Amino acid sequence: MKRHLISAADLTRDDALLILDTAEELAHIAERPIKKLPTLRGRTVVNLFFEDSTRTRISFEAAAKRLSADVINFSAKGSSVSKGESLKDTALTLQAMGADAVVIRHNASGAPHTLANSGWLRGSVVNAGDGTHEHPTQALLDAFTMRRRLNAGKGDLEGRRITIVGDVLHSRVARSNVLLLATLGAEVTLVAPPTLLPIGIETWPCEVSYDLDAVLAKSDAVMMLRVQRERMNASYFPTEREYSRRYGLDEKRMAALPEHAIVMHPGPMNRGMEIAADVADSPRSTIVEQVTNGVSVRMAVLYLLLGGSEPAITTSEETAK
Amino acid sequence: MSTYLIRNAKVLGGDAQDVLVSDGRVAGLGTGLTAPEGAQVIEADGHVLLPGLVDLHTHLREPGREDAETVETGTRAAALGGFTAVHAMANTDPVADTAGVVEQVWRLGQQAGRCDVHPVGAVTVGLAGERLAELGAMHESAANVKVFSDDGKCVHDAVLMRRALEYVKAFDGVVAQHAQEPRLTEGAQMNEGTVSGVLGLRGWPAVAEEAIIARDVLLAAHVGSRLHVCHVSTAGSVEIIRWAKSKGWDVTAEVTPHHLLLTDELVRTYDPVYKVNPPLRTAEDVTALREGLADGTIDAVATDHAPHPSEDKDCEWAVAAMGMLGLETALSIVQQTMVDTGLLDWAGVADRMSVRPARIGRLDGHGRAVAVGEPANLVLVDPSARRTVEPSELASRSGNTPYAGMELPGRVVATFLRGVPTVIDGKLA
Ligand SMILES: [Zn+2]
Ligand SMILES: [Zn+2]
Repeated sequence: MKRHLISAADLTRDDALLILDTAEELAHIAERPIKKLPTLRGRTVVNLFFEDSTRTRISFEAAAKRLSADVINFSAKGSSVSKGESLKDTALTLQAMGADAVVIRHNASGAPHTLANSGWLRGSVVNAGDGTHEHPTQALLDAFTMRRRLNAGKGDLEGRRITIVGDVLHSRVARSNVLLLATLGAEVTLVAPPTLLPIGIETWPCEVSYDLDAVLAKSDAVMMLRVQRERMNASYFPTEREYSRRYGLDEKRMAALPEHAIVMHPGPMNRGMEIAADVADSPRSTIVEQVTNGVSVRMAVLYLLLGGSEPAITTSEETAK
Repeated sequence: MSTYLIRNAKVLGGDAQDVLVSDGRVAGLGTGLTAPEGAQVIEADGHVLLPGLVDLHTHLREPGREDAETVETGTRAAALGGFTAVHAMANTDPVADTAGVVEQVWRLGQQAGRCDVHPVGAVTVGLAGERLAELGAMHESAANVKVFSDDGKCVHDAVLMRRALEYVKAFDGVVAQHAQEPRLTEGAQMNEGTVSGVLGLRGWPAVAEEAIIARDVLLAAHVGSRLHVCHVSTAGSVEIIRWAKSKGWDVTAEVTPHHLLLTDELVRTYDPVYKVNPPLRTAEDVTALREGLADGTIDAVATDHAPHPSEDKDCEWAVAAMGMLGLETALSIVQQTMVDTGLLDWAGVADRMSVRPARIGRLDGHGRAVAVGEPANLVLVDPSARRTVEPSELASRSGNTPYAGMELPGRVVATFLRGVPTVIDGKLA
């Protein structure tokens, strides 16, 4: 595995499977009374968040703490991020503090890439979502969830048909998912109004459709992306009502899915917009599971990046030497 | 004033000749010339002699951003790049929108003395695109401004653009348009295409440039004015300009060295040294720009030399400043992309980097033939030399060159400004 996790494209099939398998093992400790492992004792993980995302930060924090790492939360929002030197200065500070891994969330696409390649710090960089670029751990937890529900938690996703619906243009989740799912052998179809698809999408390793109803019947999983209501004001679509009528997942559409198919959402949801409340709360919905799985997957990523040369899990508490 | 005999120089790349420079002019031309008493002899060893280069598009940053560049450092860089005249863009602080500011820049250029500095006047007050600046006053000032541009911003209001085109006719001025439709490029970070889609960076579509150029050539034709198009960057723009020229309209255009070489694939590094406006485009655009420059559709190479201090580039892409250095590498890039590829000979380089830009800027003393009696604005180039670009060795105050570490062909050996060497042996005289 590479030293940093910036893009889902950084992961080979073997890397991805190693992360998913490790996460699967780690998931079991969540079922124990003592959820903590000593694996990363003495290591420092910094959560560097330039953008508010309590859910992602808490997920990484829980992951690091369950591995016994020291966690520093560094919220840079509100500081002078309009000028770029704050990223550099912050990085130099974190380097001085001896950060072994920096989990970064940033509103600028490419900021984690810059942080990892600038020479400003020596630790591993984990992209926790950058602008409209990527969110690779989200894609990993999504793949983990699909594998559990569709493949009994084993192997890759060869031949599985995954439909991703919504604002692909502005979605880092979609970008990372397309890349990772292609690596894992899944067949991805993106569904969106043409205004919400980026130029050059024909070069992506996926299919594209403007018609949600045409693809539902052959989908093993449908992932609904959050659509910000403000997009309406920039004329990406005429009205909320028209959007949800053409691209929203309601009960009628859910009924068109195969029996085994699951419904996913990376959250936070706009209930009634891209997803009907009843659909979000249905047994097919994996939305709550995705949150739980996020911790296991992030534990696996931190463990593997920080080069745990020992097995992540030993049979008992004896590694707590 | 000293006398120089340049021996064995290939004038415009032709046969080797001796060139005698005296009293600021070319005083003799031929083979086997003898050096007059007291003359300094420069052995050209078959290097290429061209008329001094003229840049229609330079950002010298003074007044206002002396931390990035000054007239002094920028003209050093210009001389080292083989330039004898540069046009200093108006987007300074304060903006060069009054006679006072353009005269200040003009005087700073005179004081620096290494290269003529011709200030460009802003088209609109404060580059705000709302009302015309005092174009006539800037023209009548000591700076004698003939090129007007809101560069950095587009004169996007069609009526204002029309009026500007018309108004400057009174004194044979020209409006140089930075063609960028503002609504289509709000928050734009890079060329819109396959790469921007993957990187999640807001796109700057080719159509935003082409739509403005199409409108402007039609406006210029309608009112019978001259139009100059800054930094053409797309294949479609070349097509529109080719069409406008085929109609006989008085439209000229420039291309930057970086758009002749670099593509948006480089943005995959997220290295802000590649962030520039207009953005780096695709390989197909590069090919079309080279062809357009070769067939004369594009009249001139202009550097768009845009120095930025390291703190504006040593950061994440989204907040980085747009622009890259160009003066000290322009001739090498043109050699690599146009001469070494066989698209242009050295006479063609002289035409596109000196003769035509001087004509567009109406600079009488520049872009002249290398002939007896003409002003001795000259540059001697060694095309066989190779050099590796090292930012810290550049004369510019800033280091934001996209060619750092690249080995480029050609080296400016000497530059003469009205018979006085500004560069000798590749170093400032
Ligand atoms: Zn410009
Ligand atoms: Zn410019």
